[in-house]
Amino acid sequence: MTNSPPDSLLTAHDLRKAYGPTHALDGAEFSIHPGEVVAIMGPSGSGKSTLLHCLAGIVPPDSGSITYNGRELTKMSDAQRSALRRSEFGFVFQFGQLVPELTCVENVALPLRLNGSSRKDALRTALGWMERLEVDDLKAKRPGEVSGGQGQRVAVARALVTGPRLLFADEPTGALDSSNGERVMGLLTEAARATNAAVVLVTHETHVAAYSDREIVVRDGKSRDMERSV
Amino acid sequence: MSIGHTLLGLLEAGPRHGYDLKRAFDEKFGHDRPLHYGQVYSTMSRLLKNGLVEVDAIEAGGGPERKRYAITDAGITDVQRWLATPQKPEEYLQSTLYTRVVLALLTRRDATEILDTQRSEHLRSMRILTDRKRKGDLADQLICDHALFHLEADLRWLELTAARLDKLREAVTL
Repeated sequence: MTNSPPDSLLTAHDLRKAYGPTHALDGAEFSIHPGEVVAIMGPSGSGKSTLLHCLAGIVPPDSGSITYNGRELTKMSDAQRSALRRSEFGFVFQFGQLVPELTCVENVALPLRLNGSSRKDALRTALGWMERLEVDDLKAKRPGEVSGGQGQRVAVARALVTGPRLLFADEPTGALDSSNGERVMGLLTEAARATNAAVVLVTHETHVAAYSDREIVVRDGKSRDMERSV
Repeated sequence: MSIGHTLLGLLEAGPRHGYDLKRAFDEKFGHDRPLHYGQVYSTMSRLLKNGLVEVDAIEAGGGPERKRYAITDAGITDVQRWLATPQKPEEYLQSTLYTRVVLALLTRRDATEILDTQRSEHLRSMRILTDRKRKGDLADQLICDHALFHLEADLRWLELTAARLDKLREAVTL
């Protein structure tokens, strides 16, 4: 049974995951509250991305439990996990998330369209999020016509457009220069806090982690919550 | 920071009373550490003695006399020399942190714990600075960036040392 802090949105207990002989996760623990921004840090190959993939239900752990809002992720079917990801989670990655054939506003509206919204409603909501991320002037442009920083802000708008309760961001500023990276992080955390969405942020950059409320350090597949251990 | 040179530089824009100087200093450079009046007046009397400033006017009011200071040509030359001379970068060798890590290894304590705890403390400071930077004006942003970059350099060192602890243990316990 987990000994997770009360009121957690997502908790993971004793997660283990091996790829062949490599133990990517070796008893990792995690918890996050609604509205909280938690950075997962650690050296390359420490298991931080595997942890994020397990927490988001993308990769099943070999053992351990992951509880989201009272539901056990590891006991869900693929279809149930997929539905959960679409309706409750948002994702921002380092590269290549936008569909090149669609305009920016169509990209942002895409998750709403997949969830069954009408085109008109989806585009209106999408534009609202683009305004919030200060990229509404790019609505008619295609991803190939915008800069890296702008594209990443469009990707953040798309990740937040469905009103997710949990946003997973894996090195969201990894491909950006520091001033664009800061702008993305400032707007991302501001928007997440305004909607009480929790953010799981994987980063190896300390100036990015400085936008979090606390950090978890992963080393050799084991995680350590610095706030609760000091 | 050289308070004398900073006050001299502020005077170069035009004569000021001691109180105005303190206010200008605090506004531009003081932030969390405003000057004490005593510091201003002791600095001004030293600059006066060295001929870098002069008393431009004295106002006699109900209270004590108020001196208005002006920079002299020698003072302008001094400011110019100070600005033109680059600062020697700090060497940061033999930092306390290094000493603590080595001592932990020598005494078979957990050095990773020391590095992790320090990283957390550094990040705590970075969060405060990042927040101040986001809410502040350009001056705040520049001042915070300077501190943030230094903290980041420390953090890089912490990561690198954490990755090399086994080698360091071997080297120091031989």
